[in-house]
Amino acid sequence: MNQLLDQTIVPLLYLVSAVLFIFGIKGLTRVRTARRGNLIAAGAMLLAIVATLLELGVIDYRWILAGVVIGGAVGAIAAVRVPMTAMPEMVALFNGAGGGASALVALSILYLELVETPTHGLVGATAAQALGPDSAVSSILSILIGGVTVSGSVIAYLKLSEQVISGRPVLLPGRHVWNALLLFGGLALGLWGVFFIDSPDGVFLAAVLVTVAALLLGIGLVIPIGGADMPVVISLLNSYSGLAASATGFVLNNNLLIISGALVGASGLILTQIMCVAMNRSLANVLFGGFGMDAGAAPAGGAGAEYGAVRAASPEEAALILESAQSVIFVPGYGLAVAQAQHIVRELADVLAARGTKVSYGIHPVAGRMPGHMNVLLAEADVPYEQLREMDEINPEMRDTDVVLVVGANDVVNPAAQNTPGSPIAGMPVLRVWEAGTTMVIKRSLSSGFAGIKNELFEYPNNLMIFGDAKKVLQELVSELNQAAA
Amino acid sequence: MMGPLLISIYVFVLAIFVGFEIITKVPPTLHTPLMSGANAISGITIVGALYAAQTADPTVSNILGFLAVALATINVIGGFMVTDRMLAMFGTKRARGGAEAGR
Repeated sequence: MNQLLDQTIVPLLYLVSAVLFIFGIKGLTRVRTARRGNLIAAGAMLLAIVATLLELGVIDYRWILAGVVIGGAVGAIAAVRVPMTAMPEMVALFNGAGGGASALVALSILYLELVETPTHGLVGATAAQALGPDSAVSSILSILIGGVTVSGSVIAYLKLSEQVISGRPVLLPGRHVWNALLLFGGLALGLWGVFFIDSPDGVFLAAVLVTVAALLLGIGLVIPIGGADMPVVISLLNSYSGLAASATGFVLNNNLLIISGALVGASGLILTQIMCVAMNRSLANVLFGGFGMDAGAAPAGGAGAEYGAVRAASPEEAALILESAQSVIFVPGYGLAVAQAQHIVRELADVLAARGTKVSYGIHPVAGRMPGHMNVLLAEADVPYEQLREMDEINPEMRDTDVVLVVGANDVVNPAAQNTPGSPIAGMPVLRVWEAGTTMVIKRSLSSGFAGIKNELFEYPNNLMIFGDAKKVLQELVSELNQAAA
Repeated sequence: MMGPLLISIYVFVLAIFVGFEIITKVPPTLHTPLMSGANAISGITIVGALYAAQTADPTVSNILGFLAVALATINVIGGFMVTDRMLAMFGTKRARGGAEAGR
């Protein structure tokens, strides 16, 4: 009976779970089916857990229960309370948690099999002999990938929240050499450990050193990457957390882990690819480029850029222009979210729409700080998603648009991307807002965006700067327009 | 006859391709929920964590397993819940706007 359960029933339940994961992810790629897809995936997870507990049978549940209660509480509280603006930070931390769990499982299995119950370990056997070479090698890979995911995610989190370290790239001298040393050194040490060290404690020590190397490597890989590239980094870490789960699947000879991990790995890679295309940069360039430093002239000094003639306008003047506009496109950026101005933007859009003005939103693929972030923020503010337009879709309409209102976006509307070949953002697809009749940029000052470069749009003759806090300016615009209507 | 390792590698490679095939043309609206949903799925490593935390004694392996269970559960519960929260916002939009923009 037990054999039937372990070798037939549980693996079949795992198969059902894997198929449900596939349906779940497929559902997540369509707006209409997304919510159901997520629920299907959650159901698949529950099924997998139940199947595993069936297989484990009568065991001591205290530690498991404690872990589930603590982890469940933390996860649930975080999920309910996190503001939508902080979604990238939270996904970064969740990625780290997943990668960390995979690495810990591998470490735990190694310790259990080698040190605590060395029953199959004849005295003097290596890990490869005791566990089988495939499980032993996989455990090293799981530790490496999982470790990189943990520390990389924590650094990404810190950069995104700009608490301890700034979002700017930190470029250490010789970083490529160090990273290569950590990667290949860690891998070599791990392989040597499992194939040639015949003392259990020695193998475990090697595994711990591999963990340390992986953690350092995660830091070394993410710390040179600037805040603007965080959407790519998060996507990539997402992919790693899946691959770490796959590696753990190889350790345990568990196909469900291998399949689910591979699905997540693929989905993360696709998002990474989409983000790279949106920035017209190769993945290698994002990872190793040290963005903003290639220009040589080092204009990265924040407010260092100098501007010539810039036209400023008061909210009253801006309201007059908006009043007579037939069509208005909003271009929101992360600054909008920082100012918590999503709701007031929607209010302004409603006021304009009530006057018969055609309103839409032009969303750059990397607006916000993770893929699709801006769409979520605007959805939270009840913006109907048919008004949210992709960059490629809305760019041809710029010419026929009277007013473009840029709120909290900077680099994604910079004409330098198209006109200045030497610019660090040259070639990056941007919203061609300058083709519209008038552009208005709501901004606190002329300071630069993530890329740390000057925005030529600000000097264009058809551009008006409205200086001030985004939320306040928008509120003034709304009240001006309401007065005009009354 | 293939060894178990080779079968696992077959499974892995095919699953990667399945992943690439089913995730085609994701509308940007769904990039964030897709990522957080996929993220929750990577918490499947909880299955491994359960194996690792199954004894009563506070041994090294068990404590590592316990930590793994806790981290994986954060990933699973938090991931699925926050994804649902985001997708619920898109849901109300459909009711309001009327148009079926589900692409």
